[in-house]
Amino acid sequence: MSLGPTPSQTVGPFFSFALTTESASVRCIAGPQAEGERVLLMCRVLDGDGAPVPDAMIEIWQADANGKYNHPDDGQSETVDSACAGFGRMGTADDGSCQFETIKPGRVPGPDKVLQAPHLSLAVFARGMLKQLYTRVYFSGDPANPEDPVLSLVPGDRRETLMAHPDPARPGTWRFDVHLQGEHETVFFDV
Amino acid sequence: MSKLTDQRSLITPYRRLEPGGQPPSLYEPYRSTTRRAPAKPLIFLPHTLSEVTGPIYGHGNIAETDNDLTRQHADEPRGERIIVTGRVLDTNGRPIPRTLVEIWQANSAGRYVHKKDQHPAPLDPNFTGAGRTLTDENGAYRFVTIKPGAYPWFNHYNAWRPAHIHFSIFGRAFITRLVTQMYFPGDPLFAFDPIFQSIPDEKARQRMVSKFDLETTQPQWALGYKFDIVLRGPEATPFEA
Repeated sequence: MSLGPTPSQTVGPFFSFALTTESASVRCIAGPQAEGERVLLMCRVLDGDGAPVPDAMIEIWQADANGKYNHPDDGQSETVDSACAGFGRMGTADDGSCQFETIKPGRVPGPDKVLQAPHLSLAVFARGMLKQLYTRVYFSGDPANPEDPVLSLVPGDRRETLMAHPDPARPGTWRFDVHLQGEHETVFFDV
Repeated sequence: MSKLTDQRSLITPYRRLEPGGQPPSLYEPYRSTTRRAPAKPLIFLPHTLSEVTGPIYGHGNIAETDNDLTRQHADEPRGERIIVTGRVLDTNGRPIPRTLVEIWQANSAGRYVHKKDQHPAPLDPNFTGAGRTLTDENGAYRFVTIKPGAYPWFNHYNAWRPAHIHFSIFGRAFITRLVTQMYFPGDPLFAFDPIFQSIPDEKARQRMVSKFDLETTQPQWALGYKFDIVLRGPEATPFEA
């Protein structure tokens, strides 16, 4: 049997009282007990004019420090770190920003028998977006980046848009801007 | 054993969505898309474990009245009480059990509780308009709510949204995530609504329209509407990650 998929529609301007309330938001992707290097990820969403998008929602999905996902379809032999649920969801503030508390994930198997560099999967939803956009957050300077099989699909001059950068003033803090459009437009993936 | 030789890291990729059945990112009649749609082409991503796994979220904190939006306050909300029910399936026809379904909507006068909603229609102290539930073992869900009103917006002159309930569904993988809107049959505003019209394929568009269902309807109490939700399903065969 083959059924037609239900089409996507915009999340609209008024989702926050349902999807990003205090109890429905998830700021902590991996708790303090989780194995791995602590990361405070500061995200911003910007539109084609470079203006902050104050009515977006970001969702994040990631593996634990051993590159294992908290999911039954991840058949790797490691046991998942129960302190790393792997999921985050936050609405953006008036300045287009939101933050997540997590750990740097381990390397996950990728296509062509190559391990992927540490990355988070990120989906952004907003008014004015008829469907979510998918991108990835890599860690600038990670030695595995040059051999990452997904980064290698991205034209060299655009890879930079997928990099989170450490804040030199605040150890453990990383910044990642999502440019929906414009000169610095983020690479989005057709998944 | 290394991660790369371990057969347990095999994955099954998901079926790709056909463009006619989904909205484009840029759809000029919906004005806000013009500065929020990427101008560069998306990059084709072969599915890896990162795409075919996904959050198991919302299992822990569902309250008893979360799927009955008419019982979340001291009194009943104003408006036409309705039952909305259906199944979450994948494109292979398989039910998606134990997945979170979240809904939100305007009240019967077409007003959201959101602080930025400026429509001069009354708020209802007995209606918030947010609900959540998990699908059962057969992928079925059920909400009791009131029929939302149509409401005006500023997209173009005399713009009105057809009555709708927003749905957010997770499914099994991060890439099965779906946010959509459920409409009501026969709404005269369909023809004028760029959000509804953004789906190129007419048949696909109709999948967002619920069906009146006499069997779901409860005598002397509430009309019933059926709304099945179909998420992307996996391809037939696994292959090496």
